[in-house]
Amino acid sequence: MNALAIKELLYKIADDQLIIGHRNSEWTGFGPLLEEDIAFSSMAQDKVGQSQALYTILHSMGEQDPDTIAFTRNAAQFHNCIFVELPNGEYDFSLIRHFLYDTAVAFRFEMLSASSFQPLAELSNKIRGELKYHTLHANTWVKQLGSATEESIARLQQSLVYAMPYALGMFEPSAFEQELIADGVFEGEAALREQWIKRIEAIIAQTSLRLPDLRTITAIQGGRVGKHSEHLQPLLDEMSEVFRIDPTAEW
Amino acid sequence: MTALSSSMIYHWLEDVKDPEIPVLSLVDLGVITEVNVEGSDVKIVMTPTFVGCPALDLMKSGITEVLKSKGVEKVDIEVSYRKPWHSDLISDKGRQALKQFGLAPPPSGELFTDLDVLEHVPCPRCNGTDTELKNAFGPTLCRSIHYCNTCHEAFEQFKPL
Repeated sequence: MNALAIKELLYKIADDQLIIGHRNSEWTGFGPLLEEDIAFSSMAQDKVGQSQALYTILHSMGEQDPDTIAFTRNAAQFHNCIFVELPNGEYDFSLIRHFLYDTAVAFRFEMLSASSFQPLAELSNKIRGELKYHTLHANTWVKQLGSATEESIARLQQSLVYAMPYALGMFEPSAFEQELIADGVFEGEAALREQWIKRIEAIIAQTSLRLPDLRTITAIQGGRVGKHSEHLQPLLDEMSEVFRIDPTAEW
Repeated sequence: MTALSSSMIYHWLEDVKDPEIPVLSLVDLGVITEVNVEGSDVKIVMTPTFVGCPALDLMKSGITEVLKSKGVEKVDIEVSYRKPWHSDLISDKGRQALKQFGLAPPPSGELFTDLDVLEHVPCPRCNGTDTELKNAFGPTLCRSIHYCNTCHEAFEQFKPL
């Protein structure tokens, strides 16, 4: 198996989880209602913890330790998609992103639980069970607010249209796509994208929302190769602020 | 000191409790997946309930502390997902302890084919099922929040996984 290809795959999944986890944590204390505050904070804890477990696999393959990986790289060294680094905005955007992202990531870990790379298969099998709660949460609220009032429908629709080019950027192919598929490590971004579209179509069909025509949308890519928006570096500065004060501190 | 055996180790580990649910031992929680004894050395394989569980380090130091106090010289703990945790690994004794603590035990995996089972979780106080799911997320990663229409009180459940 190609170790470089596997590392690149691990970095992008782990970085996605860390950065969306950090964004989720920004809802702590600001949720539109207490229950949502708890839900986003809890999902943040899950996602950051899952990224740590993925970084631990990378560490066992000779990369730095998880804290060093998470807190000392700059934006150009991160492999997350641009979608997850966008600011939370209003709750409607956060909810739509949560729905589009978690549907994809739940399928990703489901596919990876059959990976020929054993450590990743074992961890993915575990994570996919936990993510059921995340997709349940997203689906429940999209279905409710996507069919509730004129305002809730209009807000979600606007966010859906805005989010879609970024969401498609989640499936930016890796330079190692063919090796990963041939080695049975991962079925690939195209296969994932196909499953994702079917699923989001099925949920959106149960609401008053309309899915934009995906054929007319150009995906906003670049994140997988370190080309990020202006939003990532400030996020990293804030996330690593305490770590940088004393990197050797024991917690 | 008599020779160590794995059943002895399991017995001692009954003293190490889940830091977030102090009535539940790690053995009854089902997170200890393997115990290997070699002479005076002990190797423990454990797995977290949820990947992001922040109590894992405390659990590990609890294990080391208890085993050292019993005279074990070397304790090696490996965290592994080879045998992943799921809620059916909680023992019957553990489920009783959860209920007495006021936490509804998770339904068995056979029932948990759909998240709908969260909608009418039996209340740990009155056992009634006229209850509602308030939030699939709670104060810790492994708990959800419910409301009992009979007791008119909120309660928490240890989430099925």
